[in-house]
Amino acid sequence: MKPFVYKKAGTVAEAVRAGAAPGAKYLGGGTNLVDLMRETIEQPATLVDVTGLSSDIRRLRDGGLLIGAAVRNTELATHREVRTRYPVLTRAVVAGASGQIRNMATVGGNMLQRTRCAYFYDAKGSRCNKRNPGQGCDAIEGFNRMHAILGASSACVATHPSDMSVALAALDAVVHLDGPGGPREVPLTELHRLPGETPEVETVLRQGELVTAVELPPLSWAKRSTYRKVRDRASYAFALVSVAAAIDVRGGKVKEVRIALGGVAHKPWRAREAEAALSGGPATVKAFRAAAEAELADARPLRDNGFKVELAARTITAVLGELAGGVR
Amino acid sequence: MNEWSSSKRGDLSRRRMLGVVGAGVVVSALPSRSGAATRPGAQARTAGEGLVGAPLPRIEGPLKVRGAAPYAAEFTFAGMVYAALAFSTIAKGRIISIDTGAAEAAPGFVHVMTHVNAPRMRPMMPWASSEKAAGNDAWPIMQDDRVRWNGQPIAVVLAETQEQADHAASLISATYEEEPATTSFAQAKANGTETAVLGGQPVHIEIGDAEAALAAAAVSVDATFHTPYQNHNAIEPHAVTVAWHGNELEVHDASQSVVHNAWSLAQILGIEEHQVHVTSPYVGGSFGGKFMGMHQVLAAASSRLSGRPVRLTLSRAGVYRLVGGRALTEQRLALGAGRDGRFVALIHTGTSTHTPDSPHPELAQFVSYSSYATGTLKIDLQWAHLDMVANAAMRAPGEAVGSFALESAVDEVAVALGMDPIELRIRNEPQADPLTGLPFSSRNIVEAWRAGAKRFGWERRNPTPRAVRQGDWLIGMGCGAGSHMYARESGGAARLTLTKHGTATIDIAAHDAGMGTATVLTQITADQLALRLDQVRLRAADSALPGVVPGIGSSQTTTAAATIIAAQRKAVAELLKLLRRDSPLAGLTADEVTPRDGGLAKTDDPARHESYSSILTRARRDELVVEATGGNPTESEQYSMYSYAAVFCEVRVNAVTGEIRVSRLLGSMDCGRVVNARTAAGQFRGGMVMAIGLALTEETLYDERTARIMNPSLSEYHVPVHADVPEIDVIWTGIPDPQAPLGARGIGELSMNGTAAAIANAVHNATGTRVRRLPITLDQLL
Repeated sequence: MKPFVYKKAGTVAEAVRAGAAPGAKYLGGGTNLVDLMRETIEQPATLVDVTGLSSDIRRLRDGGLLIGAAVRNTELATHREVRTRYPVLTRAVVAGASGQIRNMATVGGNMLQRTRCAYFYDAKGSRCNKRNPGQGCDAIEGFNRMHAILGASSACVATHPSDMSVALAALDAVVHLDGPGGPREVPLTELHRLPGETPEVETVLRQGELVTAVELPPLSWAKRSTYRKVRDRASYAFALVSVAAAIDVRGGKVKEVRIALGGVAHKPWRAREAEAALSGGPATVKAFRAAAEAELADARPLRDNGFKVELAARTITAVLGELAGGVR
Repeated sequence: MNEWSSSKRGDLSRRRMLGVVGAGVVVSALPSRSGAATRPGAQARTAGEGLVGAPLPRIEGPLKVRGAAPYAAEFTFAGMVYAALAFSTIAKGRIISIDTGAAEAAPGFVHVMTHVNAPRMRPMMPWASSEKAAGNDAWPIMQDDRVRWNGQPIAVVLAETQEQADHAASLISATYEEEPATTSFAQAKANGTETAVLGGQPVHIEIGDAEAALAAAAVSVDATFHTPYQNHNAIEPHAVTVAWHGNELEVHDASQSVVHNAWSLAQILGIEEHQVHVTSPYVGGSFGGKFMGMHQVLAAASSRLSGRPVRLTLSRAGVYRLVGGRALTEQRLALGAGRDGRFVALIHTGTSTHTPDSPHPELAQFVSYSSYATGTLKIDLQWAHLDMVANAAMRAPGEAVGSFALESAVDEVAVALGMDPIELRIRNEPQADPLTGLPFSSRNIVEAWRAGAKRFGWERRNPTPRAVRQGDWLIGMGCGAGSHMYARESGGAARLTLTKHGTATIDIAAHDAGMGTATVLTQITADQLALRLDQVRLRAADSALPGVVPGIGSSQTTTAAATIIAAQRKAVAELLKLLRRDSPLAGLTADEVTPRDGGLAKTDDPARHESYSSILTRARRDELVVEATGGNPTESEQYSMYSYAAVFCEVRVNAVTGEIRVSRLLGSMDCGRVVNARTAAGQFRGGMVMAIGLALTEETLYDERTARIMNPSLSEYHVPVHADVPEIDVIWTGIPDPQAPLGARGIGELSMNGTAAAIANAVHNATGTRVRRLPITLDQLL
């Protein structure tokens, strides 16, 4: 790990000031960033500790929730309103990592995790366009069982590892930012980028911008929501495929539906094709399966991850079926 | 009382204690008053009564729980520096240049060693090439510019703190001239294989014409099984702390072979064996991965060059790069049977990956030598040579992966015959060793099957695949047999000291990496001398102590037991010589007395008794010291001796996603007498947990393009986590083996065998899918 300067920010303004300096990085729980520093993949000159900022969850006037970026994952998952009104979010958070890591990890840090692609992590021995732009990608023809089937490019096939962000994508969450250019808001689904030719640029955050909070819209029908994570071992593993979904069925018809996928793309993948296919139509297993297939029509599997297409289709179908309450 | 580390050599011992907290703390494992009913050991006053077999807790448990047990990377010396390694990033070639400039300019830098400035050293000697050899290869250690595998250490950086050393090492860069390397299994096979060699003999056996018998069999299975590379992942990464005192080298190692390592270091460094002192008081798991390695040599050499004591702790990735694991195997398993279920042909051949001079053959076929009466038998193992880190031994090497193939095939035959797989196995029980014809010393696998089946509820199993379902979950049951060959090392020796205070010390260079060896050996000694546990002190895991007792082949307890029994006999004979004429025992011979209640008694008249304390005091002796050896293991030349396991498994497989969860496991063992019911159960459960990993989760991602290991971390190399492990039930027959010391055979590796097949067979019963490639992952079941 390269030596660095550590600063603890007392206010958002102080953080943003320090964070604007070249080589500065914001530090949340450190559960990913510090690992990456140990691997020399991240080499910040300054760490600006923002864990003392915006660490509460409060109800907004419209009924939504505003979640401070420094809220720890455990606190988020166990919050009464989150558990009861947005069960998909609680389930996504507790599906990730381990209890110890969730006690440390923050909301802001969770969404800004970097990929777990093995070639990205192998700083000394492998090529990676994300680590060294233009170097080439050893994953495309290497071990890519964990990699993307949707939205990848010839430069990068990595996936985003966060579970929490998949739930947030389904819930139409909005990310609050602050930075040298002042505060602004970005929908979570637009926070992360697809890799394209610049996989090293992972989000739309500008230099020095800080995530200060995440806003959940009221979504009263999100009470009927869940998160299903499919993985190789029962715990402490990244998703092969995960599905966050909420559905509102009235009289056998789909009134509202939100679906997002994890483990399949460079970003939390909002399944808009599937949502469009289902909206207003019958809430049947057949319709769910057809919608899943529509979403996955553009899937481009790699050497090791062809199974993800069928696995994602099955999991979407099963999750919607479960939420819709035993439909046929 | 337990002092789990010591030295008889005064000055080294004093230096060794620098900065060590906790060594020599008195530990009593026995309750002082009540609790005798639940702890049989508390009542044990008489040799052979109670203590052996008792479920005693680990004597070092309180120390470990308090964090006061010093591990190798917790010993400290004044002026000590920390080491970090830089590794090669190519599989084969030459180092053209190494740039250490940035490292040398980094904060806290002390020293860097590369092949350019490393002292001249001899290569390591592989296991069995000499009595105390314990290496996995015979490569030169940082002696030339050759790169022989991807991940080979190319530099050792020393700095004032571990963080500074890690940072400085990360700044080292090298340029290479690459040469073509063999990095894929297919390429290695295409290059031509070599018949494997074990003990100087080629691994090729034919009894009868197995191919013809297979072709003629009424029912047969002929299939190929694949098992992956696996790496060692002991909870404690390899670590060593070393200091030179003149020409004497003091080494605190995480080791399962202290005597071997002392000899090896002397041999490599060109000094005398007695000049090297190795201790491993506490070790966080060894599993075959903690014999002699390159890291101890690099630490000693860089310490010599820098003039500073050195601590070298391998990073988790460093363990993957330096320490090999289970080799990749491809196995043909063909089994032919008559309609009555009797096997007529067993063919177990295949190829394992191998590295030059490796003493570890990954002999998957071994499991087929003696498991079943088969009429005909064909065994063959080929080695395919790869440019990669040397193979290591890994818990139940060969047989863990071989039993997966054999026991899966037996299950397939049972399905083909429509016969219960347990009954099929019992029908093929051999009367004598099928390969050697030797009588079995004690083989009660049938009892183990019957007892296990009853306890597991095997009769509730539906033999039709995919017939049992709860919601989305398909439920299946399977079973598998395991065996592990009995071993007792010939190098066992121990020193027993009895004092006039009626206490005893047993000195033996054995090892406890968490198995419970320290507890068990203390137990055996107390039992043999009819002393209370708190009257016995064990000193072990120290190369200055007697005995060549590596933690290998599940043999430590049998080796040590034979030695302790021999020491007791010798001590009794010596005590009788010291008796005063008025002793109640005067005139008795060794055959007529038995240790009893802290002394000796006439066997058939216990009232004639004199305590050790009295005998020694009246003889004006402070202590009596005897040293004894266990002798050669002639029993294994006269008998076929194995421990046996019957493993039962229930799995749940998600019909939607293919996710596999082991929901129940039971191991029914036949391993002779169990010396400590608690630590033995821990060994059995541990092996079964590791076998869940073998069956379902563990695989080293070895990139065949570059020979680079891509998942050198516990986050991406999946060992089972708690949520993957159900409650594991273990039972045993408890039938003592008349040929084994104390009646006990080895248990440390046994339950690795048979469990993976039990899981695979349960998956078949649940889903109807037969998976012959490990690990079994959900995509194979979609």
